[in-house]
Amino acid sequence: MRHIISLLLENEAGALSRVSGLFSARGYNIESLTVAPTEDPSLSRMTIVTSGSDDVIEQINKQLNKLVDVVKVVDLSEGTHIERELMLVKVRAAGKDREEMKRISDIFRGRILDVTDKTYTIELTGTGAKLDAFIEALDKGAILETVRTGASGVGRGDRILKVQ
Amino acid sequence: MELTEAQTTELTGAEIVSRCLAEEGIELVFGYPGGAVLPIYDELFKQDKVKHILVRHEQAAVHAADAYSRCTQKVGVALVTSGPGVTNAVTGIATAYMDSIPLVVITGQVPTHAIGQDAFQEVDTVGITRPCVKHNILVKDVADIAPSIKKAFYLAGSGRPGPVVVDIPKDVTLEKANFFYPKSVSLRSYNTVTKGHSGQIRKAIQLLTQAKRPVIYSGGGIILGNAAAELTQLVRKLGFPCTNTLMGLGGYPATDPLFLGMLGMHGTYEANMAMQNCDVLIAIGARFDDRVIGNPKHFAQESRKIIHIDIDPSSISKRVRVDVPIVGDVKEVLTELNRQLDESSDRTDSDRTDDESLKQWWEQIGTWRSRDCLKFDRDSEIIKPQLVVERLYELTKGQDVYVTSDVGQHQMWAAQFFKFDEPRRWLNSGGLGTMGVGLPYAMGVQFAHPQSTVVCITGEASIQMCIQELSTAKQYRLPLKIVNLNNRYMGMVRQWQEFFHGNRYAESYMDALPDFVKLAQSYGHVGMQIDKPGDIDGALKEAFSRKDDLVFMDFVTDQTENVFPMVPGGKGLSEMILV
Repeated sequence: MRHIISLLLENEAGALSRVSGLFSARGYNIESLTVAPTEDPSLSRMTIVTSGSDDVIEQINKQLNKLVDVVKVVDLSEGTHIERELMLVKVRAAGKDREEMKRISDIFRGRILDVTDKTYTIELTGTGAKLDAFIEALDKGAILETVRTGASGVGRGDRILKVQ
Repeated sequence: MELTEAQTTELTGAEIVSRCLAEEGIELVFGYPGGAVLPIYDELFKQDKVKHILVRHEQAAVHAADAYSRCTQKVGVALVTSGPGVTNAVTGIATAYMDSIPLVVITGQVPTHAIGQDAFQEVDTVGITRPCVKHNILVKDVADIAPSIKKAFYLAGSGRPGPVVVDIPKDVTLEKANFFYPKSVSLRSYNTVTKGHSGQIRKAIQLLTQAKRPVIYSGGGIILGNAAAELTQLVRKLGFPCTNTLMGLGGYPATDPLFLGMLGMHGTYEANMAMQNCDVLIAIGARFDDRVIGNPKHFAQESRKIIHIDIDPSSISKRVRVDVPIVGDVKEVLTELNRQLDESSDRTDSDRTDDESLKQWWEQIGTWRSRDCLKFDRDSEIIKPQLVVERLYELTKGQDVYVTSDVGQHQMWAAQFFKFDEPRRWLNSGGLGTMGVGLPYAMGVQFAHPQSTVVCITGEASIQMCIQELSTAKQYRLPLKIVNLNNRYMGMVRQWQEFFHGNRYAESYMDALPDFVKLAQSYGHVGMQIDKPGDIDGALKEAFSRKDDLVFMDFVTDQTENVFPMVPGGKGLSEMILV
């Protein structure tokens, strides 16, 4: 099953490689991993999308907690949460396809960030599934380039991941 | 030149390292010098609080520091140079990591400006050691040396212990900073649980008091957690059978009738059968590893309730799902468990253990025991390796003796035939299975306990992996007693080839062996070769009478002897090959 795990870790050199090294050493999946400093610059927040059986997910949580640089771990998928991912897509937009491309982008609430006479670069934000759906909706031949950030997530309402 | 006061209190990074070790109360550092650590060696040279032991290979420095820790409870310290110094040390670090041994390994690094430039003797120490340390730190600022070393000692020795590497670039050891050694460390990202959850302990007591076929299974956590007395109290209070893992030997007295012997791949028939057939299992400071329970699927086929006490939450329900997890320091949890058991036994006896069932269980165990799974041919004209260990045990029984082993058949025979009644008397590489640890382990123990008898049980293959340390033993006059069970084969490899590879002994024959007697003599030690069973006692007695000499006893043993019982890899615990 897919899980989205959020963690706070010391914003120190090598902290990221401790986490990624743990996943590769123990054979856990990483679907995506995003990390950036928080409002407190001594802390980074990481979001990992992974998948595995309940036993594996339990071990992932425990092993992450065991890393000395990791301050807190939360499995967001244990409760209600919001997740968002950002994608930039550069598409062919010439001739008769140009109008159609704009329409599809609008349907998905995309924003066109860059325009040339032959291309559009579209920004799209949403769940991973929405971004997948957008890619599906496009003619494969029209896609020149895609780049995705991987998911970031936050718990709904009172579920807060913060160091006291 | 006059120095201002501020300048006089400033120390170089190297001085700070030396001072930190002294502040930490470190008496011995095992190491090997090299370019990147020269400033640190220069400082160690100038002081006399911390003694440095020069080994002949960095691997041995870490093993010796590891052994020093295993037999004293203190944090062991090793010091090596950058590049090859570090890569040589990695085997030692990984060995300590797998057995949760607290170590601080200080490594030299090329100067900060050279890092990443493929400099001479440069290796990414933090990167290369990351998967086999509890934590590691690259110190880039001289002011960070003292806090980093303090943190390293704290992390190494607290919670589930483990090795911590502190990597210090050469230029950082030459810069200056004010020296202040912190008294304590507090880390927001690192909290260890010590006290067990009282509700869980109550649940455990309920299960224990209702058990009909209970087993107590304990591991290295009892040794590391100094909980042998509490474990012994628990076992005797309950009258339950107790088995120890390879790492847990000595945690419960091996000569006690409640002891079933070691369990696992080469465990006793009775211990493995009891594990497989029990209805309540209490695992204490043990981790259900593959050499202990065999195939977890097979293990899980029998329904039983499992209580698991461990300081590391990630050890719980990792390979086997447990019913009552108790996270905490084993000593504290066992103390509480014992206390609550005493209280409950003061109350009515309505929920007491079913004495009749327990009696039947012991009868069942008795029939398993009568299988005499460790029997061997005592009348053999060729020396049986088991006999050597048995005689060694009998001749040293009750004495102040420590036993180290290497890895392989001899290790298993040592574990089976030497009866350890006390913790920290038995040292071996259980997790990583590192051939070559035996001799450096013996050195580490002898340094910690100069008056004790230290025996290294080894084989002709393992001993050659760190044989150069005979030189270190000479330099420091360590009167080790080396028992070499020489069967001219990598015995355990040979055994697997016999059982599972159609008797094709690929590369397991030890050709071109040295004359170990002459080899020992060439290092200035005493060498003996023994090839008749009748000479075993005489040789051992003579060796032990040479109080000041290292004696290398080369026992020429039966080439075809195998270790029994054996649970083949991937099989269940009750699927043993018996003799």
